[in-house]
Amino acid sequence: MAGSLETLLTQLQERFSDIALEANIAHRELTITISAAHVLHVCEALRHRFNFSQLIDLCGVDYSQYGQADWETTQASSTGFTRGVSPGICKEQHEKSRFAVVYHLLSIENNQRIRVRAWLERDPPRIDSVISVWNVANWYEREAFDLYGILFEGHPDLRRILTDYGFIGHPFRKDFPLSGQVEMRYDPEKKRVVYEPVSIEPRVLVPKVIRHDNRYTD
Amino acid sequence: MPEIRNYTLNFGPQHPAAHGVLRLVLELDGEVIERADPHIGLLHRATEKLAETKPFNQSVPYMDRLDYVSMMCNEHAYVMAIERLLKIEPPIRAQYIRVMFDEITRILNHLLWIGAHALDIGAMTVFLYAFREREDLMDCYEAVSGARLHAAYYRPGGVYRDLPDRMPQYQESQWHNKKDVERFNRNRQSSLLDFIEDFTKRFPSYVDEYETLLTDNRIWKQRTVNVGVVSPERALQLGFSGPMIRGSGIEWDLRKKQPYEVYDKVDFDIPVGVNGDCYDRYLVRIEEMRQSNCIIKQCVDWLRANPGTVMIDDYKVAPPPREVMKSDMEALIHHFKLFSEGYCVPEGEVYAAVEHPKGEFGIYLISDGANKPYRLKIRAPGFAHLSAMDEMTRGHMIADVVAIIGTQDIVFGEVDR
Repeated sequence: MAGSLETLLTQLQERFSDIALEANIAHRELTITISAAHVLHVCEALRHRFNFSQLIDLCGVDYSQYGQADWETTQASSTGFTRGVSPGICKEQHEKSRFAVVYHLLSIENNQRIRVRAWLERDPPRIDSVISVWNVANWYEREAFDLYGILFEGHPDLRRILTDYGFIGHPFRKDFPLSGQVEMRYDPEKKRVVYEPVSIEPRVLVPKVIRHDNRYTD
Repeated sequence: MPEIRNYTLNFGPQHPAAHGVLRLVLELDGEVIERADPHIGLLHRATEKLAETKPFNQSVPYMDRLDYVSMMCNEHAYVMAIERLLKIEPPIRAQYIRVMFDEITRILNHLLWIGAHALDIGAMTVFLYAFREREDLMDCYEAVSGARLHAAYYRPGGVYRDLPDRMPQYQESQWHNKKDVERFNRNRQSSLLDFIEDFTKRFPSYVDEYETLLTDNRIWKQRTVNVGVVSPERALQLGFSGPMIRGSGIEWDLRKKQPYEVYDKVDFDIPVGVNGDCYDRYLVRIEEMRQSNCIIKQCVDWLRANPGTVMIDDYKVAPPPREVMKSDMEALIHHFKLFSEGYCVPEGEVYAAVEHPKGEFGIYLISDGANKPYRLKIRAPGFAHLSAMDEMTRGHMIADVVAIIGTQDIVFGEVDR
């Protein structure tokens, strides 16, 4: 399987010589990176020319805090490392755009998988819907819209899917707090369920640490 | 003359045939379904976001709670994703244990499925029979992990511990007299492997019992044959996997086509349907249970002959044994770091998929080199299957909706995540 990935990669590079196509093979998986404008063009070709008949997964990713640790440990002072946790202490802004949509495709005929990552440039993030290529994309795109606020152009029914009716915000964005914005309880006086701002203090149990381990640099 | 209008019906979320919390808005023309709009998310717990805020190991128990009838298979995909990023491989004995428990899990899942599916369309007895066997298999879970359902048994680098030499015993109580207890404990006198072997010998006759009740049953056939037919082309378009795609006649099984762990070393067949209706999917799953039983038998034989370690010997990932920790400073430091900070996984992304009882269950993991996942996406087979509900039910009678929910083997823990 791994051997044929290189052949697939060269075929893809020939086919898509007209557009900017970044590609790499890691962990025996092929990833191609494109910009959002080309998504429909590339997906149609992958479906019909390269026999990727199944869309296995589609998901949004928010890269805004990529590579940011809560705890800086590179510099030790005489008193040791600082033990306080301040989120995003070593801020290196992720150089690319904030959102991406990742497609996982499977070709049953050739027994191959491919991952397509499309970067979204505009704000609000927009991308063409691939429902016409794979019908299963319908719910996956609704999910990505619900959780990340990514707009899929040409989607017939872009509603929220996982969150509550009348939910505000996009909960999987990195700037959305884990405990949410509102909490719900039954009010015995009003005799109905009421929503209030959350009373939980956000806290970090285990700080995020990035260690540059030389065992993994190759 | 009154105007004839379509009738809109709310099915669920508190309906016993909705298999959990499915709210289905059905548009009906008389008794015929014009449109089905499933509303999901009532069990949404944001597992993926929770996992992003925790060290890698602490999310293993969350995986059990996704598809809560096939717990260990969910864990399997997650630990496989971490292992691929860390570039480690579990010892061969751990791989056999994983395969054995994956198949035990498959039988557990299919037993619940056949019980609930048959109960939904009018057969009570199968449910009782299926739970009788589930009891034995959950005892196996209990013996290795201490928990009957949410095991958290697979860990990155192997499994939590080796198979035990003795099985837990029933005790005499006000509900079980001495004679009963002796009968219950008869096959629990020696190791777990003996208990599982005894089960594999008994199980084929149990499957025969279910088949006697259902396969040629007139009512069962009337309710399932030609209901929810999906052609192979549509099955691909709709992202089906597992028994759903095999029921439509496509021979696709990750255990055979992209083998992981030791599936390439065990011998089994893939059952494939012909018509793509509920009845074919029923037959596929019944045969899968027999094949799983056969795989378990092979694993038992191998495990008996090949003792060994079940966890990699790398204290950067796997905690050191307690005795070592108490005597060795280095091991104590590793232990402390593992349980306070966890381990950092090198930067990269990976998609690990297993053949889950319900279909392809995948974990897409992005790591930025930290001790927590940057992004964890769970590809649940039930989500894709349920999205095809509208297409599968259109034009059928309202009673067939229940048969179609049953045949999709929906569990809301994984659909809503």
